[in-house]
Amino acid sequence: MTSRMQTVRRVSLAVVRKDLRIEWSSKVLLNQVAPFSLVIMIMFAFALDNEGILQRVAPGLVWLATLFSMLVIVQRSFAVETADGALDALRVAGTEPLGIFIGKSLALMVQLLALELMLLAIALVLYAVEPTAMGYAETFATMLIATIGLGFVGTLYGGLGAGARGRETLLPLLLLPAVAPVLIGATRATEAAFGSGGAQSSEGWPWIGLLAVFAGVFGAVGALAFGPMIEE
Amino acid sequence: METVVELSGVVAVLSNFPALAGIDLVVHRGEIVLLHGPNGAGKTSVLRVCAGLLPIERGEGSVMGVNLRTHRESVREQVGLLGHSNGLYLELTVTQNVSFWASTVGATEQEVALAMQRMKIDGRLAHVKASQLSAGQRRRCALASLIVRRASLWLLDEPHAGLDTAGQDELDAILQSAVSSGATVVLASHETQRSRLLATRVVKVDGGLISGSES
Amino acid sequence: MTTTQSTATPTTQKLGIATAIAVSFLVLSGLIFSAEDVVQGSTVRMMYVHVPSIWVAYLAFGLTALCSAVYVSNRSRSLIWDRFAGASAEIGVLFVAISLVTGSLWGRLTWGTFWVWDARLTSTAFLFITYIGYLAVRRLGGTFTQRARRSAIMALLAVLEIPLVHFSVNLWRTLHQKASIADPNAKVQLDGFMLFTLFWGLVSFSMLFAWLLIHRQRLMALEDAVQDQGLDRAIQERRTEAGR
Repeated sequence: MTSRMQTVRRVSLAVVRKDLRIEWSSKVLLNQVAPFSLVIMIMFAFALDNEGILQRVAPGLVWLATLFSMLVIVQRSFAVETADGALDALRVAGTEPLGIFIGKSLALMVQLLALELMLLAIALVLYAVEPTAMGYAETFATMLIATIGLGFVGTLYGGLGAGARGRETLLPLLLLPAVAPVLIGATRATEAAFGSGGAQSSEGWPWIGLLAVFAGVFGAVGALAFGPMIEE
Repeated sequence: METVVELSGVVAVLSNFPALAGIDLVVHRGEIVLLHGPNGAGKTSVLRVCAGLLPIERGEGSVMGVNLRTHRESVREQVGLLGHSNGLYLELTVTQNVSFWASTVGATEQEVALAMQRMKIDGRLAHVKASQLSAGQRRRCALASLIVRRASLWLLDEPHAGLDTAGQDELDAILQSAVSSGATVVLASHETQRSRLLATRVVKVDGGLISGSES
Repeated sequence: MTTTQSTATPTTQKLGIATAIAVSFLVLSGLIFSAEDVVQGSTVRMMYVHVPSIWVAYLAFGLTALCSAVYVSNRSRSLIWDRFAGASAEIGVLFVAISLVTGSLWGRLTWGTFWVWDARLTSTAFLFITYIGYLAVRRLGGTFTQRARRSAIMALLAVLEIPLVHFSVNLWRTLHQKASIADPNAKVQLDGFMLFTLFWGLVSFSMLFAWLLIHRQRLMALEDAVQDQGLDRAIQERRTEAGR
């Protein structure tokens, strides 16, 4: 059993390094996804034409933009695997699926976290949000824990029938309802942190608890289900 | 002689099309078996079934004693498949690609260097992105990734395609040395001149069936 | 195999007739025999469709989950479980849609609005979307076993996802906006016969569900068999290719 854990560790490290290296050399996150999420944030301002409203709903907008961008990142994360049959090769090499799952989840989390920090900065500038020191701490805690959940669930659904046609269009339908608890939890926690609509920062911690439950559940389930999911 | 592959009456389906319509094939350890036949004969599907990638719809099959119907996942650690696609990450360099495949199986830096040297993709090519390689160079890169995986059954789909004469010679030498150290090779090709020289047995595939065999 | 095969057997025919009678009685009882509600008037009759529909939906999705679990845990991997899971989910989606439509019509009549963002409504909408996604996964293609494995995983994921969504939506509504909307059923004083009609609705809708489920499952089995027969023919054709 320990040898299996070693294999899992080795494979996940290899996969996370590989995925981040691909991002580092292609800069898709930096050159395409980040500007995309910036556009979303600006479009929100067009749609909700009132500064008071923007400030009030800023937390929800940050998380919506995160989720939409996540769809793109997840697609991309599995597009690199299927472009030249690498996922096939991984499967045929009998590469430990748990290792692939953990590795790809970690890489997704790192990218999401970077994106969220950028979106937070945008919200501070464009939507005139002013959190307290405690609020910042709460925001970072929310981001960290929400991102862990999102990374697991995104990787799990991203792997669904990775070779199947029609999967790209199916992903949003499957993934968005599944991450609804994260949207609710993270938005409420961030509202508490930003003090939106007079919310107290103490109100945020139960929501962070919900996010932690979500992350735990999908981490465990993903570990079990990812292998069969990427099977043909 | 030890049986490595045993397929009997195997039917395999690709989205409702029976790519294999009842294949019988036995391969023993140490053989180099050449599957040849026209396009769409089912050669690739035979390889994918043996690799445990394509499920068996009807019939029975086993590879190295592993039942392909029930445990096709567990056969995979022991086989290496080179398909039509190379399984490379196009944004990564040659070294990064080979090292990635090496690290999934815990192969050392030394083995990586050796494999790259054998496929002549060390030196200048080592730090070129896979997307900028020529078809033949990508093939070499995929072969190097396969070498570091130390498979005991090699399944190769048109391995010579895209390689220059030197590359083809190098590949033949690699396969022969793999076989002499206990591996088994099944390769598919419709370009048979060279493969015939290499193969210990030629099997003709047509219409999803084995239609003949010669030694 | 002959072409005159039908999905009916003597047993299902009897079940079908019994269901037809039960539903007819429900219609009479719900629309004519039962009394009006003191507050809601005739509007309350919506309940006899609305409540049994959501009951059937829950029953159906529960069965989908159960069959998927059996499929996954059963060594034989019998496809009948997959077909029951799929058939049940289709019926569930239909009935959840019926209950959403009747619910919003009812809401328009009693609350004056089609939709309110209350926890129960919102989670029901999510239930609907989740199983539409499940049905889409079933249509992704591939072999029967691929379809079965993929959709079984999806069904089991849904079992996990729904309580999480429900819980968080609940938390969202209760923490955020103190339940300002009265429960539509709360004001309704059910007399004995109304209660009986409601109960009868549950019974007759369950019979309808069973009848639909059996037929849909058999239809799916026939569809699979047609594909399989097609496969036999295709194998023959494929073999003749070799002679050319």
